Amino acid sequence: MAIWEVTSRLSDLPDFMFPSFTLVMSTLVSGLLSGQILIAIGASLSRLLIGFTIASILGLVLGYLIWRYKIVEDTLGFLVTALQSIPSIVWFPLAIIWFGLNDFAILFIVTLGATWTMIVNATSGFKNVPVLYQRVAKSLGSSGFHFLRTVILPASVPQLISGLRIAWAFSWRALMAGELLGASVGLGQLLESGRALGQMDLVISVMIIIGVIGTIMDNVLFLRLERSVERKWGIRA
Amino acid sequence: MYLEIEGIEKSFPHKEKGMVKVLDHINLEIEKGQFVSIVGPSGCGKSTMLYLIAGLEKAEQGKIRINGKEVKGSGSDRVVVFQEAGLFPWLTVLDNVTYGLLLKKMSKQEAEQKAMEMLKMVHLGNYIDSYPHELSGGMKQRVSIARALVMEPDILLMDEPFAALDEQTRMVLHKELLDIWRKTKVTVLFITHNIREAVLLSQKIVVFATRPGKIKATFKSNDTKDGVMPSDVTLQLEKQILAELQEEIEKVLKEEMGDDYSFKTNSVSRDTSGDMGSHI
Repeated sequence: MAIWEVTSRLSDLPDFMFPSFTLVMSTLVSGLLSGQILIAIGASLSRLLIGFTIASILGLVLGYLIWRYKIVEDTLGFLVTALQSIPSIVWFPLAIIWFGLNDFAILFIVTLGATWTMIVNATSGFKNVPVLYQRVAKSLGSSGFHFLRTVILPASVPQLISGLRIAWAFSWRALMAGELLGASVGLGQLLESGRALGQMDLVISVMIIIGVIGTIMDNVLFLRLERSVERKWGIRA
Repeated sequence: MYLEIEGIEKSFPHKEKGMVKVLDHINLEIEKGQFVSIVGPSGCGKSTMLYLIAGLEKAEQGKIRINGKEVKGSGSDRVVVFQEAGLFPWLTVLDNVTYGLLLKKMSKQEAEQKAMEMLKMVHLGNYIDSYPHELSGGMKQRVSIARALVMEPDILLMDEPFAALDEQTRMVLHKELLDIWRKTKVTVLFITHNIREAVLLSQKIVVFATRPGKIKATFKSNDTKDGVMPSDVTLQLEKQILAELQEEIEKVLKEEMGDDYSFKTNSVSRDTSGDMGSHI
């Protein structure tokens, strides 16, 4: 930070191109205080949550179908692996034509970004449930939805968590790209307006916010979830 | 007859040979409350037989009847204890044992009370809140026996339940299993490849031939046992069973190691009276 401060002050670049650390911090604080950044965070996170939730549910359901029915695996399963390799922002032009340049289009690519990985992880999670657990449960009289709820789902929890973690990262990326291109409010939009107004201090402030939120989600939420499962199961002492 | 097995046939697909027959025309009858063992070399289809009775697999031909009712699918009247305990790692010991009871629509309170009683019977009353990974192999297998017994099954199906345990633990569990069997009068079908284990525990021993699995011989042993020490009678029985099995073992070994291999029982079996410290 000190190096940043010093190089910025010594460099020939004007403030708007290479703002100093203190300038960025003051923009950040005033942005937070005025509510401008907070509103953007709220808008972005609510989009993310909606898209991520839809993707998770979709991923679980489709993952289940692929695991359960051979015919779905041969058709949809193959399609998913192909679609997974397409970055979700590539869908954006299509989404704009379909839904218009609005929240819906952004939500669409956010959801899409997370869905494929979620399907892939759910499928492999379900497939890797040890036969022994399945036999035990069946022998004790479990079947149907009860079997799914008490054996298949809990047994694949470790893999589902890592699936959620990757899905979260993908939808986060898709969200920023989508917002940069066409949102009325949000962190990505703030980046875009910072660029348009030539305010790199704002741009860097938003980048810091994005980094902080990402770290919090990954390290605090998902890592803790993973650790607690590992401890309970005795995978890692 | 309580459990009737009639003309069971079962094949599995094989990569090179197409369909391979693993069970060929099996007929077996077990009386209520009897302790029956099936011994045989590995791959003889004895575990498959057990899964068929449990309803976890389907036979191509033949019928299995319990109390006159034909077996269709799995059910909690026939609970399996597997070689590995197979406890659910996401549930505590108590929750593992109540799992099946709650499926029977029993109230949580009643289920926990029953589970507690059963866990005390297998000497694990102090570990109800532990998770499976905190237990030793023997303790896990005890929980899995408790989980099966608490269902009050008509027949307890045990698939080499002690094979993965060390000798000392196994001895203790043999004794405990016999105690439980006498106390609960449950019918037990016990699969093992260990002849001594079969002889020490059961009243009836069925010897399986291999490839395809067939019943080769049946032995009866009616003296009371403690599940730990072999007696003169059981040692004699062990010898007879080994003699029956010798041919089968040779068949398996030849397939695995080539035709020139020959397994002679005499060179392997030591002076049997010297085994397991029976002279102490």
